[in-house]
Amino acid sequence: MQSITEHKGCRASAKTGRASCGSQAGRGDLPVEIWERVKNHPCYSEDAHHHYARMHVAVAPACNIQCNYCNRKYDCANESRPGVVSEKLTPEQAVRKVIAVATTIPQMTVLGIAGPGDALANPAKTFKTLALVTEAAPDIKLCLSTNGLALPDYVDTIVRAKVDHVTITINMVDPEIGAKIYPWIFFNHKRYTGIEAARILTNRQLQGLEMLSERGILCKINSVMIPNINDDHLVEVNKAVTSRGAFLHNIMPLISVPEHGTAFGLNGQRGPTAQELKTLQDACEGKINMMRHCRQCRADAVGLLGEDRSAEFTSDQVMKMDVHYDLEMRKAYQKRVENERVSKVAAGQKELAGVSGEMSAITVLVAVATKGSGLINEHFGHANEFQLYELSTSGAKFVGLRRVEGYCQAGYGEEDRLSVIMRDIRDCHAVFVAKIGGCPKSGLIKAGIEPVDQFAYEYIEKSTIAWFRAYVGKVKRGEIQHVQRGVPPRWPGDRISAA
Amino acid sequence: MPFKIIASQCTSCSACEPLCPNVAISEKGGNFVIEAAKCSECVGHFDEPQCAAACPVDNTCVVDRALPRYQAPV
Ligand code: SF4
Ligand code: SF4
Ligand code: SF4
Repeated sequence: MQSITEHKGCRASAKTGRASCGSQAGRGDLPVEIWERVKNHPCYSEDAHHHYARMHVAVAPACNIQCNYCNRKYDCANESRPGVVSEKLTPEQAVRKVIAVATTIPQMTVLGIAGPGDALANPAKTFKTLALVTEAAPDIKLCLSTNGLALPDYVDTIVRAKVDHVTITINMVDPEIGAKIYPWIFFNHKRYTGIEAARILTNRQLQGLEMLSERGILCKINSVMIPNINDDHLVEVNKAVTSRGAFLHNIMPLISVPEHGTAFGLNGQRGPTAQELKTLQDACEGKINMMRHCRQCRADAVGLLGEDRSAEFTSDQVMKMDVHYDLEMRKAYQKRVENERVSKVAAGQKELAGVSGEMSAITVLVAVATKGSGLINEHFGHANEFQLYELSTSGAKFVGLRRVEGYCQAGYGEEDRLSVIMRDIRDCHAVFVAKIGGCPKSGLIKAGIEPVDQFAYEYIEKSTIAWFRAYVGKVKRGEIQHVQRGVPPRWPGDRISAA
Repeated sequence: MPFKIIASQCTSCSACEPLCPNVAISEKGGNFVIEAAKCSECVGHFDEPQCAAACPVDNTCVVDRALPRYQAPV
């Protein structure tokens, strides 16, 4: 996703951006017209997710296939985090909620329909909701998520509904592999199982993708990485979807625990480690943009990625709210955000100009505590996730997220909590925070992770590059020795077995 | 007239409702129910009972053996 950020940089500062434009060439830079369409979409643009928010409305409970990583008591695990239940809404309730949220959170620019089941297995509710929203809030972008089985039948309807983006979950292009992921599909009034089911599904998915690409609708592909089932195969999937016009590929880790009651959870199928995930994402990068900031949010999520304000907008609360759609206020807000983004990119570029002259093969990983807006603005103790940046002489590249779950809950002592965080970011050289207490500070130092708080409330890119510059300088002068940090932790879903 | 939905297992996903050729399925207070008098087992419409084929929870749309037709000795 770096290429998107850089692209913005090029356009924002046509001359000073040269160095980084050059180094980013060939990384799948987006054409201008596509950038214009995705730049404010928090799910599609890593940079935008700092500034803009999306919401989902749970109007689509039914599904037409079964996935082994889904328990249909909960939301669609393709699009939401597995194991969560959303409040189901009628289209009328949904549009009221959209307006209430858009009025309260002006950075909300995108509405998605992603379940709890499959958006296209509930065509009446899905398209009614989209039509109502278009009428009431025409500036909101629409997107929907589907498993693709019904997609070819709805391409025209999707175009007519002015949907901007469609996410298709494609886990395989080989029916033999598909048979291990999908026990059955319901198609043409019949239940199909095994290889036959998977063959129909993959044909329909790829056909639907081609049809949407032809019509100029942006398609993101989600894939769930399932070790020993489709992990190597996802490179094939990546090629197949790239050649059919997908513009973004999001490989997500299987999250599998017995409590969710999914087939995989119950038969002990494990999820990938963070390292396995990153290796696969790296292997697929180049031809298509890889998305690395996905939080697998729930189907009724509201707010900036990584935060969920859905509790403020339950049906009861929304009914009580005075909902008046203020387009002008929203536009003014978005204009401010745009200005801030431009200065953020410019600051990063300026800092980068200082290191680009340095020749150094060093790359280091750092963790950043942030609440959004591209700033280092979260306290160490409050962070429940860290953003990971890979620093090198070509800049600060966002490479993923580390959730540090569990430690906020009762039953964990301060000591434990710190060691959990340290384990989760043990492959990082430094952690950037707005504030940090004395105890965790010395703990981190002891563990060899530098706590950095002198850039509190400053821009992430600019600050991390400035730190990196100083780091490389110290290594050069022989003040410190550069060492590779330890192996990254296993994915949180695996923690039970790892602990 | 024989299908019924086991309420305790139903997720209220609504998948079955629009598929029934006889409009026998409806939502009553958050639960989906089959009106026994309308259900034809899909005979004459489809090869498989649609509700059972689409339901994500196995053995939730099932033949109601409490009905007289199924109690009679064969
Ligand atoms: S498509 Fe989504 S809702 Fe349907 S079975 Fe798969 S994960 Fe579950
Ligand atoms: S078996 Fe067929 S007719 Fe009977 S309730 Fe199910 S879908 Fe309707
Ligand atoms: S398809 Fe099954 S789970 Fe869904 S509403 Fe019908 S009976 Fe309930």
